[in-house]
Formats: sequence, C-alpha cells, structure tokens
Amino acid sequence: MGMGAGMMLGGIDLVALAAMLMVASTPILLAATGELIAEKAGVLNLGVEGMMIMGAIGGFAGAVLTGSPAVGFVAGAISGALMALLFGFLTQVLLSNQVATGLALTLFGLGLSALIGKGFEGVRPPATGKLDLGALGDLPVLGPILFRHDWVVYFSLGLVVAVWLFLHLSRSGLILRAVGENHEAAHALGYRVVAVRMGALAFGGALAGLGGAYLSLVRVPQWTEGMTTGAGWIALAIVVFGSWRVERVLLGAYLFGGVTVLQLRLQAAGYAIPVQLLSMAPYVITIVALVIISARHRHGAQAAPAALGRIFHASR
Amino acid sequence: MITLIARPAPSRFWAWATPVLAVLATMIAGGVLFAILGKDPLEAIRVIFWDPLFGANAGYFRGQLFIKAGPLILIAAGLAVGFRAGIWNIGAEGQYIVGALCGASVALAAYPAQSVLIFPAMVLAGALGGWAWGMIPALLKTRFGASEILVSLMLVYVAQNLLAWAAFGPLKNPQGFGFPGSRNLQQYPSAHNIELIAGSGIHWGVMAGFAALIGTYVLMNRHIAGFRIQVAGDAPKAARFAGVAPARLVAFCLGLSGALAGLAGMFEVAGPSGQITDSFGAGYGFTAIIVAFLGRLNPVGILLAGLLMALTYIGGDMAQLMLQLPAAAIQVFQGMLLFFLLGFDLLTNYTVKWGWARA
Repeated sequence: MGMGAGMMLGGIDLVALAAMLMVASTPILLAATGELIAEKAGVLNLGVEGMMIMGAIGGFAGAVLTGSPAVGFVAGAISGALMALLFGFLTQVLLSNQVATGLALTLFGLGLSALIGKGFEGVRPPATGKLDLGALGDLPVLGPILFRHDWVVYFSLGLVVAVWLFLHLSRSGLILRAVGENHEAAHALGYRVVAVRMGALAFGGALAGLGGAYLSLVRVPQWTEGMTTGAGWIALAIVVFGSWRVERVLLGAYLFGGVTVLQLRLQAAGYAIPVQLLSMAPYVITIVALVIISARHRHGAQAAPAALGRIFHASR
Repeated sequence: MITLIARPAPSRFWAWATPVLAVLATMIAGGVLFAILGKDPLEAIRVIFWDPLFGANAGYFRGQLFIKAGPLILIAAGLAVGFRAGIWNIGAEGQYIVGALCGASVALAAYPAQSVLIFPAMVLAGALGGWAWGMIPALLKTRFGASEILVSLMLVYVAQNLLAWAAFGPLKNPQGFGFPGSRNLQQYPSAHNIELIAGSGIHWGVMAGFAALIGTYVLMNRHIAGFRIQVAGDAPKAARFAGVAPARLVAFCLGLSGALAGLAGMFEVAGPSGQITDSFGAGYGFTAIIVAFLGRLNPVGILLAGLLMALTYIGGDMAQLMLQLPAAAIQVFQGMLLFFLLGFDLLTNYTVKWGWARA
C-alpha cells in the first residue's frame, strides 16, 4: 500500500473523510452560529430552513448571473437577512407568535426558492477556489484535512472565535445577552430591545443565507428544489445541543458533519444497508443528541436565555 | 407614531375578521406575484378561485375539493387541540406517512384475501402507526425535556426515508415489473377506500374529518379535558395549580394529533392515491398547520380553511395547466396567507392608536 492510498478502514479513506467533514459541517455551523446570536437576544426564529434555502437560491442565482462566487455568497447572505427582517417585522413590530411565524417563514421560503429556482435547474455554478496556504497544504495527513479548503470554511471558524469574543468580552455582547435574559429590565435601563433584536435577527439570517449559499455553490454544487433537506432544523437542534454556547455549537456542527459524511461514505462503499436507512442517520443522531443534552439540563441550570420566544410589548 | 394597547381579552370580531382580511390581502399580494411572473393577475385569480367552483368543468372539480380538503381537515383538527395547549406538533407529515405505511402494510399482508375485516384493520393500523410516531416526541419531551418541535420535525425526515425504503423494498409490488411502488389498493376491493357518494369526492377519510371536527368541538367545549387544554395554553402556571398534569397533556395532544394524521395517511393511500410510492407524502401535514391557524384552531374555521386550501391546490393545478403558472407559486401563496394572518392578528390582541403617546 502506497502513501497515496491514505489510511483505509473498512473500505473508507479516513483522510478524505476528515477533509469532507469540514466541508459538510460548514453550512450547519454558519446557520447555527447565526441562530445562536438571535436566540441569545431572546428571539426564537424557527425559520432557519426557509432562510437557508433562500440563501441557497439567492447565492446560486447571484453567482451564476455574475460569474463570481463571491457575489453569490454576498447575495445569499442578503437573501437570508431579508427573510429574517420579514420575520422580525412580524414578531417584533406586529407582535406575532414566534413559533407560528418561524414555520410560516420556512414554508414561504421553500415555495419562493422553488419559484425563483425554476430557471436554474441543471446549471453549474462558477467554482469557488481553494485557498492556497503554501507549505501547510503539503503537510502529510494534516495538509489535505485542514489546509486545502475554500475561504468560507476558515471564515466560519473565525466567526466562532469572533462571536465568542463578542458575547463574553464586548459591551454590545453584554447588552445583547441582557435583552435576551430580561427584556423588561433591559428596556427599563434604556436599551432598545426591538432594535437589538432586529440586528441579531438580521445577523442570524445573513449567516443562514451564507450557509445555504455554501450548500448550493460548494457542497453540492447545483440547485435542486428543497435542497437544504432539514439542514436548517438541524442547525436549530445544534444550538440546543450546544447549550447556547458557541464553542459547543462548533463541536455539535462538526459531530453532525462527521455523521453525515460517514453515512455518505458507507453508501458509496457499497455495504448491504439500504441507502434510505443510512440517510436517516443524521436525523436520528440529531434526536439522540437532543435527548441526551435535554436530559442533562433537566435538573441543572437553565441554559436557554430566559426571555427566549417571549413577546416583548413595551407599555411605556 | 403608532401606539399599541393590549386588549384585556382578544376581540371576537377581529378574531374572525382577520382570516378574511388575510385572504383578501393574499389575493392582492398574489396578484402582484403573478404579474411579476408575467401572468394576467385577474385571470390567474379567476382560474384559481372561481373556475373550480363555478367554471365550465366545476362539476368535476367540486368533487376534487373534498378529496384534497379531507386529509387537511382531519390532520388540522388534531393539531389545533395541541396548539391550543401550546404543544407544537409540527411533524404531522411524518405521522401521516407512517399511518399510510401501517395501513397499507396490513392490506398488502392480507392480499389477495377478501374480507370485510380488512378495511377496519387498516383503519386501526393507520391510527396506531400515527399515534406511535406522535408518541415518540411526546415521550422524549416528558421523560427528557427534549423539544417536541424539533423532534417531531426530525421524524418527518426519518419517515420520508422509511417511505422510500418501503416503496423500493418490502412493500414493492412483486408483479410491478421492477418499478418502485406498492400494489394499487384501488384494485383490491377489500382494502379500497371507496367514494361514498358518486362524484362528491367524499370517502371514508372525509367522513372521518367531519367526525374529528365534531369530536374536537365536543372535547374543547363540553368536556373538562378541553378546559384543561385551554388553561394550559393560556396560563401554564395556573394549569399546574389546577391539577393539570403537563406530561399527560403532552402525551394526549401529540398522541391524538398523531393518530388523526395517521388516519389521514391511511385513507389517502387506500383511496385517492392508491399506492405507496416514494413521492406519497405531498406536504398535507405542513399545509394542515396553515389550515389550523387560518381556522382559528376552531372546528368550523378549520372546515372552511380546509376547503379554501383545497381550492388553492386545485386552482393551482388548473393555473399550471392553463397559464403555465409554476406549481411553487401556490406554495408561496399559502406561505403569504399565513404571514398576513399572523400579522393582522395584531388587531385581535391590541388596539392601535394613532398619534403621539403622551409620556
């Protein structure tokens, strides 16, 4: 066996698997990090799936029409943010129920993306280049796993660090958390609850849109109707799994990416397990992870922001 | 400047006026959407909302109305009970699929025997299948505190994969020349969910839908359980003081809505659809959520909302045929309807004052 064959286990190349894991995890990591910020501000936006799929088609259309993947990613982020602002208008200004509005956002996004996407089926998007990290990329084993990806993968990791710093060390992060824990008190102190939440929602929507664009431009890469297949819902579950802490969200997203890649590789390796049963794995694992983490929190401190999902109506 | 003042109790007038207002607003916004797509908006609205009821071939389409509305009403009736208690089963689509799989499995196991017992057994299996699929999120919620929203939704994707596996594997028609999909139950008299009144579109599933509406009405208005559900939704803390056990309530609501969704799936596979294929789940479970809200979680409202949504399906198919309007436009239309409804609901719970509020 030569070096080129890599490390094999049960017919699966472990190095290729680990490299794919980072790519598979990135869309979920982006969407989950965005939703984390929205939830930290006290808003439960269940429309992540709808924002992601709008980002997927918005990004795809942007990249195909201009020939530039960078424009595509920006368009994807804007699409997601616009969807989030629609949600924000309904829940923050018109004070609608957040659960129902989030569902509506998902149903609407799935429909609208299918409508826009009609002309983009079967089209190939412009390729997103890999970053050239010089000698790092030539390292044995670690090179292909860690240092031969596109910029979005590294951006998503940098974002995790930035969000951690924002939440824990910045004054704005403190205000955001105050709004999410007790909106009446934050309002009494003179903070603009609705404005903070709108900002958090738009940020979350932009990241969900970026994650969607990553799916259609890099991960797949093409446009098909309903192509997010629950990724947005899994991102929501990962925020719970991560106990509303960004470093654990990263762990959750990568665990999930690992399961996805593993089941895809098992499908390709031709084991005698029906493809459809393997395809269930990511959803089943998500449920199991959710159950384990919920059970642990049951008798401990509440991890969720205290005002999460509650309607804020300032009487004065 | 606009000031919102919370009403002491939701306005009864606006509670019923907002759905009407939302439908009108959606027609206007939909007209704009159709115009953007290069279609004549008035013609599109006529083709979708008028022609199926009063047009040239209305006789045929009126029958279709109940075929589409039946499952929506049956599922929404169950969902509404849970939504009133603040228990969010959004995985009805999965419970619908599992109910269909269980019902069809009973029929296919009995094939080709003929007996009057087969259909009732299928009904039972469909209800049990949906109930069991709904009880998974219920148990995980009451035992471990896992969110029923996320678990029930994840189980939709599991059910869809289960469906595809069954259609290509164990339930595949052995005489189907290798094509995926089960035997057609419409050609199996003991299992066929027949049309009860010729041309009406009313089959046993539609009757079950009506029964579910009456049953949930009695439950919510004439029974102590309905009172408990109401209190749990309006004031969770008060409910605990009044002796309502949250765990039993969660299990009841998710079990009931799961069983009704399972029934809907079973009646669909034994009737209008006829067979298990990988594309069997057509989104009724999600559209039923819109029906439940549009109908104000109220049986009469759900009946009207179910018929309206059925109309958009039929009208949408027609518009696709006659105006080449993409099928997804109807999905957008349904999504907008829910947005407008949720937005206008502000008027139900608040009075809007114009002018500057004095500090």
